[in-house]
Amino acid sequence: MTELFDCRNSFSRALENVARRDPRIVALTNDSVGSAKLTRFCGLFPDRLFNVGIAEQNMIGMASGLANGGKIPFVAAAACFLTARALEQIKNDVAYSNANVKLCGVSTGLAYGALGGTHHAIEDIAWLRAIANMRVVVPADPIESEQAVKMAAEIRGPIYLRFSRMGVPIVHSSDYTLEMGRAVCLRDGGDVTLIACGTMVTRALEAAELLTEEGIEARVLNMASIKPIDREAIIAAAKETAAIVTVEEHQIYGGLGSAVAEVVVTEHPLPMRILGVPGQFAPIGGPEFLFEHFGLTAKGIRDAATEVLGLDSIRGAE
Amino acid sequence: MALTPKELRRMAYRVRRRNLRVIHEAGGGHTGGDLSAADILTTLYLGGVLHISPSRADAPDRDRFIMSKGHSSALLYTVLAFADFIPKEELHTYMQPLSRLSGHPVDEIPGVEANTGSLGHGLPIGVGAALAAKMDGASWRAFVLTGDGEMQAGSNWEAALQASHLKLDNLTLIVDRNGLQLSDWTERIAPLEPLADKWRSFNWSVREVNGHDHAALLEIFESIPFESGRPNCVIAHTHKGKGVSFIEDRAEWHHRVPTDKELAAALEELRDMSND
Repeated sequence: MTELFDCRNSFSRALENVARRDPRIVALTNDSVGSAKLTRFCGLFPDRLFNVGIAEQNMIGMASGLANGGKIPFVAAAACFLTARALEQIKNDVAYSNANVKLCGVSTGLAYGALGGTHHAIEDIAWLRAIANMRVVVPADPIESEQAVKMAAEIRGPIYLRFSRMGVPIVHSSDYTLEMGRAVCLRDGGDVTLIACGTMVTRALEAAELLTEEGIEARVLNMASIKPIDREAIIAAAKETAAIVTVEEHQIYGGLGSAVAEVVVTEHPLPMRILGVPGQFAPIGGPEFLFEHFGLTAKGIRDAATEVLGLDSIRGAE
Repeated sequence: MALTPKELRRMAYRVRRRNLRVIHEAGGGHTGGDLSAADILTTLYLGGVLHISPSRADAPDRDRFIMSKGHSSALLYTVLAFADFIPKEELHTYMQPLSRLSGHPVDEIPGVEANTGSLGHGLPIGVGAALAAKMDGASWRAFVLTGDGEMQAGSNWEAALQASHLKLDNLTLIVDRNGLQLSDWTERIAPLEPLADKWRSFNWSVREVNGHDHAALLEIFESIPFESGRPNCVIAHTHKGKGVSFIEDRAEWHHRVPTDKELAAALEELRDMSND
């Protein structure tokens, strides 16, 4: 049985590590010390954690003011509230001002499952990607999550990091280094390219295994850095494989799929399929149920790949 | 050199005259709110209240002034020009293509701390800045000027709760209480009174002052912190359009630009008053 990891823990451990080295780093949260896994941080740095209560607009404005005063604020909150409730503060106080604020959305995507649409964060990538100066990174595993926090602490300026609460296996080696604007090829193949981020990366790798059974060799790219995006890796995939399938735990509008498509249509058009939540609020159900419901599974990705390659009719005849 | 109250009074009329010319030349701006806050900004910048210096505009230990009522940008730029943060000639570029003097302030301009313009943003930023100073044991302070209509934005009250919780006595909110918002009196749209009591109930230390009385403003600002461990709220009672009889207390002058004739009449009135 593959061991699964909660990337929130990797986020908080990494935050402790960077905070040890850099006294300017502070953490803010909206009554989410526990769910953002900041309890230990609070014990280690009691004077550097500010639980501002259920007041996200003030929280982001405060982060901007702290940055103005020379601090490096990491704001950790459930992604649904962090991004939507304070979106205008993120636009004006953080991005427009190019403030050195790090936004860390936790429990992203459909992770809150049956808690319902208020708690799903499936528009956040689209919203934040559209804002100038804002970077968007969606780590896939604990190693990449730690790297993302380290990178956020090192760069100057705004960044949005997205950490699920769902268990994910390790997909990167321990010496892996995340680079801004660089995709990672986790598996090479010449027939079709699967591009995924976050919780969907493992599923894309599993889909690639299923595709080999059909004689299809899939390239799998982990596109953790959605903005800036790795144009070269996308253009290479478009030129070297016959189709691209993107998969994300997010609306199909404005997220990873859209970001890839923006490069594909301008540089080297080819057939694509964009997998995600298809323009609707999710029904009630646990995250795994919802993934099945929306085809965000290894089989769902495989089927999208064979369909876009025009091979679904072949399997239908089997 | 900090100006005396008498000098500030004359200076504030010079600021108003230049401010109106800037708006007239640009064909845009917020006339009423600018004239309302002219005495407050003149006192802060030229009365020696703010510990800032144009030669060290980015000094880490500078006081932070956050213009939350960002629509009064023409006033802010005019005062920044009189305080030598930007050249006076640059005021001719207000709202012109590719000018840095945007219709709402941006922090690339020396002396501007935050990109304001959407109301209700300045106070939370001020809370964060004041907190940063407290964390460092530094003596610099944060000042935030808001309009009064702006008090209708909930983000202010989120910030109010947190500022008193954090005992930010190095944070000062100044409310430009002219009673008018864009379209009408605040009390006819979403009433704010009793405003001072609201701030007291949030555990802020509150002072009320005539926002056109430079001596009174100076005295209030010099007594900050009003109480140890409490954030400071100054409710400055003002008149929108102050100084020009046909602009004063009229909602329609929120963002009306004076015609050539109106500008001439306004400058004449302001010239008379500065000679008082």
